[in-house]
Amino acid sequence: MSIYYSILRKPIIAGDKKLKDITDDVIRPLEQKPTLLWWVAFLVSLTVLLIGVIAVTYQIKVGIGTWGLNKTIGWAFDITNFVFWIGIGHAGTLISAILFLFRQRWRTSINRSAEAMTIIAVMCAGIFPLIHMGRPWLFFWVIPYPNLRGSLWVNFRSPLLWDFFAISTYFTISLIFWYLGLIPDMATLRDRAKSKIKKFVYGLMSFGWNGSARIWHHYETTYLMLAALATPLVLSVHSIVSMDFATAVIPGWHSTIFPPYFVAGAIFSGFSMVLTLMIIARKVLHYEEYITIDHIEKMCKIVLVTGGIVALSYGIEIFMAIFFGNQYERFMFINRALGPYAWAFWIMISCNVIFPQLLWIKKIRRNVALVFILSIVVNIGMWFERFVIIVTSLHRDFLPSSWAMYKPTIIEIATLAGSFGLFFTFFLLFARFVPFIAIGEVKGVLKYGKLKKNLTSESSLKANADVTV
Amino acid sequence: MDLFSAVFKDEDDLLKVTRQVRDSGYSIYDIYTPYAVHGLDDAMGLKPSKLSYLCFGFAFLGLIVAILSQYWIGSIDWPINVGGKPFNSLPAYLPVTFELTVLFGGVGIFFAFLFKARLRPGKTAKLVNPHSTDYYFILTIEIKDSSFDSETVLGLCRQNNAVETKIILGNAL
Repeated sequence: MSIYYSILRKPIIAGDKKLKDITDDVIRPLEQKPTLLWWVAFLVSLTVLLIGVIAVTYQIKVGIGTWGLNKTIGWAFDITNFVFWIGIGHAGTLISAILFLFRQRWRTSINRSAEAMTIIAVMCAGIFPLIHMGRPWLFFWVIPYPNLRGSLWVNFRSPLLWDFFAISTYFTISLIFWYLGLIPDMATLRDRAKSKIKKFVYGLMSFGWNGSARIWHHYETTYLMLAALATPLVLSVHSIVSMDFATAVIPGWHSTIFPPYFVAGAIFSGFSMVLTLMIIARKVLHYEEYITIDHIEKMCKIVLVTGGIVALSYGIEIFMAIFFGNQYERFMFINRALGPYAWAFWIMISCNVIFPQLLWIKKIRRNVALVFILSIVVNIGMWFERFVIIVTSLHRDFLPSSWAMYKPTIIEIATLAGSFGLFFTFFLLFARFVPFIAIGEVKGVLKYGKLKKNLTSESSLKANADVTV
Repeated sequence: MDLFSAVFKDEDDLLKVTRQVRDSGYSIYDIYTPYAVHGLDDAMGLKPSKLSYLCFGFAFLGLIVAILSQYWIGSIDWPINVGGKPFNSLPAYLPVTFELTVLFGGVGIFFAFLFKARLRPGKTAKLVNPHSTDYYFILTIEIKDSSFDSETVLGLCRQNNAVETKIILGNAL
């Protein structure tokens, strides 16, 4: 299947690393005391999180009348944030499952942190529908269980219920997948640990792993199965999120291209977030030899492809609105592009369609600073995409007398900020206590693209044949 | 049972010696590696893991549970007329059915793996060498009876750059 010493491929890991070097390099930040930078970032994130907690407590106590919603615009900021965060999560599963099935071995340097990002992003996303319920203490009513109210069951024909199943399944499977990958690394940490507490904690978390090849054998099958399950799962999650909109009869929502359009957008925004995080992490944690410029370039290419799909979807939507002959659809699109929310529409178009085209240029793809800026631009654009889809479709509905405008209140903005606080607080804790790079997986690709030592090229090709399976 | 163990530093040496030891008719007890060595299962002659069938079984169970429970809830226990749609609106049940299929399959195989590999939280790991989860590859061979020729095995290990070899008495593992 794969050839380890292919002379056609470039090495994934830069520098002449030995196995022990990888362990040392990856674990170093965990074994040192946290840096001042980490403390500053952590305290800032924690403060923002606390602001969010206060805002959420307030709006639960007083009610969601504290939001800027009105009779016409029943969904706005909260659902925008929900879709945004769910989308962010998708890149992690794409890296860990889909790229695994496609044998993209460069994924090993980024899969652990991207999966952690997924789990945290899904947690951030989950908060929003929970608050939106208005009475979140009754959230368990969405779970179908025999109850004393009838039994009164949930409505299995509702996309909102599908969403509950999709997101809770997604969270569970992502967590399991992430933890499965973590078990061997926890064993590595356990066997290096000096202090008793560390030995105990890592011993508990490594499940008694000893690296037996017989266990590795089953482990790899399990990993493959989870990847095979997570691949359609990740595609289903954002498809179902899109059905929350697509099954409604609102112009601009009622569209069959929504599922693929949403999935591409999710991967687009998720990869941008991965780029943002990785560019910071490789610098701060000194992982430049593991997350190389080549990795960044490859991620940029995925951003470019998914951005292309998103741009195509915008194009198709506009085309359908103009030529399909549905006057409501046509009005809605003219209103989107030229109406009172035109500024949001054009932010979306410029951030998602125009600026990402810069990534066609190789020099830009390999320029870390520019890629960093572009990744943030895309994230802003993707947030606005959801805002545009939700608010501009609703604010001028079928009855002109009920047309309205929406403006977020300070509580809503604080809640969004708080979700970022939650995201970064958890991500910083992850970077502090869990190996940021999958040690065991990176070791497996160490020889990738490298010639076998002490062999002429002809005999090395023969050696290739020996290890090809 | 006594064991012979040899430590290697490189996966290629390990792959080669594993094949040679097996070809010479010795039975490999286990091999301990810091990462999943590509092709080692083949060199050891391990049969494909049957966990994948189990995964299918769990996923299928999820599918059945999802369809039956949605049918029972929607058509038998509490049928609600929603816009004249049939009580058993199967196409609308598909998303939840799919999610439960994946959920059962994924959670099921994870716990099946832990069970099969006898891993559990807090279990004490049995290590031949403290560095086997870091940078050493350890091959252990069963010493069954007098047919075990330590000279030959030692020779094979040395040929393939073994770092150290030793005999583990009794079933310490």
